[in-house]
Amino acid sequence: MTDTHAVLPAFAWALARDLHIALRSRGELGVQLAFYALVATLFPLTLPPEPALLNTLGPGVLWVAALLSSLLALPRLFAADFADGTLAAMALSPRPLAALVSGKMAAHWLTTGLPVVVLAPLIALAYHASAADIGVLVVGLALGTPILSMLGAIGAALTLGARGGGSLLALLVLPLYVPVLIFGAGAVDAIHAGLSASPHFSLLGAGMLLAAVATPFAAAAAVRIALD
Amino acid sequence: MSINWFKYASPASFLPLAGRLAPWFLGAGAVLAAIGLYLGLVVAPTDAQQGDAYRIIFIHVPAAWMAMFIYVVMAGWSALALGYNTRLSAMMAQALAPTGAAMAFLALWTGAFWGRPTWGTYWAWDARMTSTLILLFLYLGVMALRASLDDARRADRACALLALVGVVNVPIIYFSVNWWNTLHQGSSISLTAAPKMAMLMLAAMLVMTFAVWFYCIGVVLWRVQAIIVEREDGAAWLGKPVQA
Repeated sequence: MTDTHAVLPAFAWALARDLHIALRSRGELGVQLAFYALVATLFPLTLPPEPALLNTLGPGVLWVAALLSSLLALPRLFAADFADGTLAAMALSPRPLAALVSGKMAAHWLTTGLPVVVLAPLIALAYHASAADIGVLVVGLALGTPILSMLGAIGAALTLGARGGGSLLALLVLPLYVPVLIFGAGAVDAIHAGLSASPHFSLLGAGMLLAAVATPFAAAAAVRIALD
Repeated sequence: MSINWFKYASPASFLPLAGRLAPWFLGAGAVLAAIGLYLGLVVAPTDAQQGDAYRIIFIHVPAAWMAMFIYVVMAGWSALALGYNTRLSAMMAQALAPTGAAMAFLALWTGAFWGRPTWGTYWAWDARMTSTLILLFLYLGVMALRASLDDARRADRACALLALVGVVNVPIIYFSVNWWNTLHQGSSISLTAAPKMAMLMLAAMLVMTFAVWFYCIGVVLWRVQAIIVEREDGAAWLGKPVQA
């Protein structure tokens, strides 16, 4: 019974638990997706509805909407567990907290990031995106949205019990999301410009791996700080 | 000879030291600023291409350097605060954040004033400008997080962690903004062509850099005294409480 043995079971336990809870409250999930679609609907209303213009703006709008809807879902990651003491019990348990936190991150992405990736092609069609654009957009979102969940978890843990709530979380997290936004939306721009999107994918993939290695420890430290 | 590096790690022994040092740094900053501004605004020749508008760089460039440098220093103090759990390190990080934010703001503001006559626009989505703006948001985030946590010790550690996450991200943000900027080479503005500066201009800029440097050290030492007195209020070594 060493910690090294406990990493994967701890990850799997936290993942299964959070997925279970999320699937019990599917309504929240739907609200977040509706928010995503709604933000993407608002942008064309501020512009002349010219296909060329929408086609140019589409990827950026979909990425910003993905950032915002990820942000909107972040408080759910820890807030309820913090309020009812589950988080404190997790921190006290012999299981490594970083593994438990990464399980929660994974569940968070599966319930809030993945639906956005799946819904994106539909909205992209409304922005007159071509099939190639949609493919690049979806791959970018699939690589990028996990980073949002992982980085966001640090901010969510840091702001537990803080005054200011959502707007504070936005101020902490959105600047850190900038590289993901640039590489994600830039991938579609690159193929518009006749370039390859693969450098963008490589950078997003590298970012995802880096985040997967580093953020669980930072988020676990943030959880411990919040519980002090 | 061994030096006890931790002697001044205690707010009680650091407070009088900061009080003694701060006026010297501020005074040196004022003298250097007077020399630097005299050299920059009066002695240095008018630029052949930019006219007198270029003279704002004597403020702009030192401020931009300090904005970046202070973030790294803040992260350094934050690492010490988390590693050694020293209160003073966190107080130093807390004292640095507003000065860093002010420097980032000053760099952006003077940059806009320089850009208007030189480029014909207050703002361009240039890589350096955009990343300085994001840096300003990172400073504001650290300050906002501190303001919204009631427990000072928790705020210390939360802000320290945020500053460390930020300092890892700053190079990535800079790289990504640069990448984005080179992908969209549509704009007519190029910042990359650094003009050769006259020796005198360079000298004025160096003097101003030191002036800003000393000002920042002085003002941070000044602010940290206020933070120490505010947070340690009621402690026996501080004497009579200030707050009721």
